[in-house]
Amino acid sequence: MAISVDAPDVSRDMREKAGYTYTFLSDPNAEVIRRYDLVHAGAGEHGRDIARPGEFLVDSSGTVRWVNLTENYWVRARPEQFIEAAKALP
Amino acid sequence: MKTRSFNWLVWAGLLISVVAFVSYFFVFVRFPVTRDFPWASLLLFGVAAALLLVGLRRAFAPERHRGSKVAGLVAATLSVAIFGVFVFTTFIMARWMPTAQGAPQVGQRAPEFSLADTDGKPVSLSELLSTPINGKAPRGVLLVFYRGYW
Repeated sequence: MAISVDAPDVSRDMREKAGYTYTFLSDPNAEVIRRYDLVHAGAGEHGRDIARPGEFLVDSSGTVRWVNLTENYWVRARPEQFIEAAKALP
Repeated sequence: MKTRSFNWLVWAGLLISVVAFVSYFFVFVRFPVTRDFPWASLLLFGVAAALLLVGLRRAFAPERHRGSKVAGLVAATLSVAIFGVFVFTTFIMARWMPTAQGAPQVGQRAPEFSLADTDGKPVSLSELLSTPINGKAPRGVLLVFYRGYW
């Protein structure tokens, strides 16, 4: 599941073009992004607040089991890392 | 007699510098192996540097016309500038991010939320965690926060 400040139609176009099947959620005012302390203030278009990259694997009880917070936005977690972390879920 | 022959080495060096810069953002960025560390781009910049060095030696040979030296220096200066912008963008500017020290940590509860999906329908974390997939309860949900495409 992916979250950004993008409007639903922007995400829909991108999702369809890329062929992604998972859920994309829109957080235009960065409220949830702020709750997760991931706001990158003023980094978007016209000084808009956006999310810095961050990935969390949450188990069925709602507990965080794995976190990845990159220090360079060109360096992202790879699918193998997610799969490895997901295998360890109860 | 001063020679005015075209010094293709320096211009090829400049061209490869431009290609090295542009190809990272349009091609290499799509593949984690060339994106996480831009070795392919740095390799191209290395080829450009080699061409420029040989080209500059040729440009400054005694039999060359002054225009050849000027052209060589212009191509080399532009290439160095392009390389500088590339290093700044990929290694320095990309690290200007908040550290997210208050982000949920392993063992903590993921804060609940409800947001609109691509159809404008509200979706909550608890809903995602409890909605069966292929008839089975999900073992978990991966939350991916990303910068967005605006």
